[in-house]
Amino acid sequence: MDEDSNNQIAGNTDQTVVVQESVFDSGKEIEKLQVESARVGAVVSFIGVMREFNQSSNVQSMTLEHYPAMTTKSLLKIVEQAKERWGLIRIKVIHRVGEFRPQDPIVFVGVTSEHRGDAFLACEFIMDYLKTQAPFWKKENLVGESRWVDSRQSDEDAANRWNK
Amino acid sequence: MIKVLYFARIREALGQDEEKIPFDSFVNVRELKAQLMARGGVWETTLGDKKGVLVAVNQEMASLDYTLDDGDEVAFFPPVTGG
Repeated sequence: MDEDSNNQIAGNTDQTVVVQESVFDSGKEIEKLQVESARVGAVVSFIGVMREFNQSSNVQSMTLEHYPAMTTKSLLKIVEQAKERWGLIRIKVIHRVGEFRPQDPIVFVGVTSEHRGDAFLACEFIMDYLKTQAPFWKKENLVGESRWVDSRQSDEDAANRWNK
Repeated sequence: MIKVLYFARIREALGQDEEKIPFDSFVNVRELKAQLMARGGVWETTLGDKKGVLVAVNQEMASLDYTLDDGDEVAFFPPVTGG
């Protein structure tokens, strides 16, 4: 089976969301965002990485499941909200699904704007909303057992502060 | 018919990922959920999980009061943990 057969891309050139199994090249993504428009004065990016140690145990690997029909729709909605709130030039979100090992990159968010303030805030907003609204679920595989990761109140709190 | 989907720990606990239910004995998500929980056993404990059960209708987050139409897709899943 083709490694990328589960790839989903949605949006347009200014706001693109991607769900894929394969690894992404964050350096290349950042470079593309930087050179695409002469208006760009700031590039802010975030990369989420799988940790080896979670909820006091060693995690061997992790499986990330999603709701394929809903995922890109929900990511685009988050990105559109960020565009309404801040003056942004481009947004790129890549979220991987499938099997992960510690230190594997899971998610990439890249945002460009004319001035840094808008890109900083938008990048954090997108991650906070993604953590609480996009339909992804992590299952950790420990030695001899596996367990679904619980959602965290701190993530809810982080998302809620944008409503104040 | 209503297409009902289950994800993550809910899917595993129920032992199925999808089913079709005739749209004739409930009006909104709350009533659909009550009908599923009335099956008892894992249905009652899983869909009544205190950790929370989220609902999407036609791939958009929805509340229990959401009024359903024939052909809707309803998904039940635990709080999300991506990123």
